[in-house]
Amino acid sequence: MTTRSSSPWITALRSGAIAGGIALLLTLMGMVKTFDERDIVTGVMSLGTSLLVSIYLVIGYGTARSHPGSPLGVRLAASTLTGLIGELFLVGLVLLGQRVNLRPVFPNASPELYVLLQFGGTGIRAYLTMAVFGAACGALGAGLSLVPRQFRGPLITGILAVVLIGLLEDLIHITIGAFPAVVAYTDWMLASGVQNGLTSAGAAVVFIVAMLVVLFWPGIRGVSQTRIQAMPVGQRHVIAILAYGILAVALLLLPNVLGPYLTDVSNSVMIFVLMALGLNIVVGFAGLLDLGYVAFFAIGAYTMGILTTTAIGGESGQIVWGPTASFWTALPFAVLFSILAGVLLGIPVLRMRGDYLAIVTLGFGEIVRYLALSDALKPYTGGSQGIVEPAIPSLGRLTASLSSQSLYYYLLLALVAIVIFIAIRMRDSRQGRSWMAMREDEDVAQAVGIRLVSTKLLAFASGAAMAGLAGAVFASKVGSIYPHSFDLLKSINVLAIVIVGGMGSIPGVIAGALVLFGLPELLREFSEYRYFVFGAMLVAMMLFRPEGVIPEAKRKQELHELSEPGGEPAPEVLASPGGAGSV
Amino acid sequence: MAILTSRKLVKRFGGLVAVSDFDLDVQERSIHSVIGPNGAGKTTFFNCVTGFYRPEGGEITLDGHVLIGLRPDRITRLGISRTYQNIRLFNNMTALENIQVGQDPHLRAGMFAAIARTRGVRKEEAAVLGEARRLLRFVGLGGQGDLLAKNLPYGSQRRLELARALAAKPKLLLLDEPTAGMNTQETAEMTAFIRRLRDELGITILLIEHDMRVVMDISETVTVLDYGEKIAEGPPAEIQRNPRVIEAYLGRGSAARMN
Repeated sequence: MTTRSSSPWITALRSGAIAGGIALLLTLMGMVKTFDERDIVTGVMSLGTSLLVSIYLVIGYGTARSHPGSPLGVRLAASTLTGLIGELFLVGLVLLGQRVNLRPVFPNASPELYVLLQFGGTGIRAYLTMAVFGAACGALGAGLSLVPRQFRGPLITGILAVVLIGLLEDLIHITIGAFPAVVAYTDWMLASGVQNGLTSAGAAVVFIVAMLVVLFWPGIRGVSQTRIQAMPVGQRHVIAILAYGILAVALLLLPNVLGPYLTDVSNSVMIFVLMALGLNIVVGFAGLLDLGYVAFFAIGAYTMGILTTTAIGGESGQIVWGPTASFWTALPFAVLFSILAGVLLGIPVLRMRGDYLAIVTLGFGEIVRYLALSDALKPYTGGSQGIVEPAIPSLGRLTASLSSQSLYYYLLLALVAIVIFIAIRMRDSRQGRSWMAMREDEDVAQAVGIRLVSTKLLAFASGAAMAGLAGAVFASKVGSIYPHSFDLLKSINVLAIVIVGGMGSIPGVIAGALVLFGLPELLREFSEYRYFVFGAMLVAMMLFRPEGVIPEAKRKQELHELSEPGGEPAPEVLASPGGAGSV
Repeated sequence: MAILTSRKLVKRFGGLVAVSDFDLDVQERSIHSVIGPNGAGKTTFFNCVTGFYRPEGGEITLDGHVLIGLRPDRITRLGISRTYQNIRLFNNMTALENIQVGQDPHLRAGMFAAIARTRGVRKEEAAVLGEARRLLRFVGLGGQGDLLAKNLPYGSQRRLELARALAAKPKLLLLDEPTAGMNTQETAEMTAFIRRLRDELGITILLIEHDMRVVMDISETVTVLDYGEKIAEGPPAEIQRNPRVIEAYLGRGSAARMN
C-alpha cells in the first residue's frame, strides 16, 4: 500500500487505520446495515458482512504485497494485524455508541446496527468475535497474496460470481420460475421463500464452476482457436456464421426467458448502449470531448414527440401543433435533425480543443434543454409539461402479439445491431483511421493530409445520429418527453459508460452500459447508494484500470500476412543499404 | 529547375524576427540542407512551408503553386511531406496504421461506401494495406507492423515517421534532423537511405541537420541560417570554408584564427 522501505508493522498500522476509516464510513453511511438485509449465502453471509470482509481482505492483501521481501510469517502477521486494527475501529464505535447516543450526528448509528456489528453477541465475547473476524479477513488477504498468480484470477472470479449470483437470486428465481423443469434441478441451490441468496451448497457449486471456467478458459480458447485456424476458409466461415446464429437466436429468445421487468431493464440498457456507441465515436475514436451529448438525444426525443403525438390541443400543457405522423415516419426525421444539430454544433467548435471544446459542448447541451423549457417554444415542446403520447413502433399484425416490452426489445436489438455494424465499418475504414490520427495528434493528422473539418463534422454527425435514434426510441418507450430527462447528468453518465467501458472499444461500451446501468436497475433497493458506488467505481477504475473494462483492441494486420505461404519478409532496405526494393 | 522557392519570407513571433527576408531555391531532385545554430529559424521555415505557421510577409511556391495561406492538408496534397525534429507519430496506433493514415490524400472512399464496403472500397483498402506493408519493409520495419508506434525503439520510430511521410507520395520531402540521436552506424544507414530516396524515387529532399558529416556527405547545396537570415549558400565544400559560417558556429574571431 505504501512505500516499500518502511517496516511491515508500520504498513500494517497505516493500512489498518485506512481499513478502519473506510469501514467506519460505510457503516455510518448506513451501507452495512442496508446491505445486510440481502443475503449472499443464506444464513451464512450477507452483502453487508461481505462488504466488511472485502475491505479487510483487499487491504490485508495490499499489506502483504507491499513487503515481498519480508518472511512469510511476518507478512501473514502484518496482514492479520491490518484486519484486526480495522475492525477495532468498529469495536470502538460499538463501545462508544452503547454509552453515548450518536444518532443526532449519525442517524444510521442505531442499536440494531450495533447488534449487527457484534454478530448478534454481547459483551466481551462479542468484541472478541469482532476482533477475530477482522484478523481472519486480514489473514485471508495475506493468503490470497500467496496463491500463485494463475490461480488467483480464477479464485477472485469465483468469489465475485457467488456475490453476483447471490445478489441476483430473486431475479433468477422469477426468471426460471417459468420453467418448472429447471426449477426442479436448481431448487437446492437457491434460497426459498422470503429468504434470499444462494444456499451453501449452491454457493459452493457456483464458486467451483466459475473458478474452473476461468482456470481452463485460456486453454480451451487456445485449442479451439488453433483448431479453427487449421480449418479451410469455407469451414471457418460456417463456424463463424453458426456462432453468430446461436448468439442471434439466444438474443431473440431472451425476452421470453427474462420476463417483462428484466426485458424492460434490457431496453433501458440498450438505449444507453445506442447513445454510448455514438459518443464512443466522438470521444473514443475522434478524441473530441463532448459534454453536451444529451442535446442530440433530446432533439431525437422531441422530434419523435412533436411529429407523432396525438395529444394536440389548445389546453394548458398540451402542444398546439403536430402532424401525428407514425413512428416509422418520424424516426428518420429524428435522426436527420440530430445530424443537422451535430453539424451545427460542429462548425463553431472546429478550432477548439480539449477543455475549451468540453465547455462549449456543455453549454450547447444546456441551451437545448432550456430551449425545450422556454415559453417561445412552448406551443411545440410543451415547456415543462412536456409532450405525451408519442407513437408506438407497431408493424401491424407482425407485432400485434408482442408485449410492449418485447416490441421495444426487438426494435432496440435491431437498432443496436445496425449501429454496432456501422460503428465497426466506420472504425475500420479510412474515416476511422483519420479519427484516430486526429485523436492522437491533430496538427500532425492535418499535416499528413487529413481534412480536419470534414473529419470532425463527420464524427459529430455520426455521434449525433446515434444519440438521436436513441432519443426517438426513448421518447416512444417512456411515453412522455420532459426537459428534465435531458440534463447534464445524462451526458456525464454516457461519458462514464464510454470511459469505464474502454474508450474506443465497442464491446467495452456494451459492458460499460451493463455495469453502470444494468446492475443498478437490478439492485434498486440500494439506489440511495447508487451514485456513491458509481463515484467510487469511477475513481477506482481511473486508478487501477484507466484503459477501461474491455480496452480498445488493435487489429492485427501484419501477422496475417506472414502466416501466408511464401510471405517471407522482404529484404530490409534501410537496415541494409544495398538491398532491393522500390517505392 | 527550382521545385520550391521562397522569396523575402518573414516570420515574426511578437517582437522576435524568426525568419527575415529569406530567399531559397530548392532544385528539383536535389538534396538541399539548411543548417545553422540553434534558434536560427530552420524549423520555423519548415513550419511556414508546411502551413503550420502563416508568415507575415513573402512568398513560398511549390511548382508554381502559392503555398502561403493554404491549410497544411492542402499543402501535403500538393506534394510536400515532412518529418519532425521530435518524432511525432500517432502513438496509440500500430505502425501499419500510421502508414495507412499517411496514404489518406490518395484515397477516394466515401463514408457510405465504407459502411457498405463496396467492391471499390475493398479494393482500395487492400491496396492501402499492401502499400503500407511494402513501405514498412522498405524502411526496414518488416514484421513490426502490428506494434503500437509508441512501443517501437527510437530508431524505428524515426524510420516509421519517414515511411508515413513517403506514404503520401511526396515530390518534396522535408526532413527535420533525420539522424538526431542516432549512433554512427544508424546515421550511415539513414544517410544512404536518404540518398536512395532521391536517386531511385526522384524525391527532392530538403533537410535540417546538425551532423556536419551527414550534411557535407549528401547535400548538393547547403544554406546557412543565422538569426533568421541567410548568411551563406553554396556547395558543401564552399560552405566549409566560408568565414561567416565559421563565425556563426564558433563565435566572432574564430574565422580569423583559423585562417
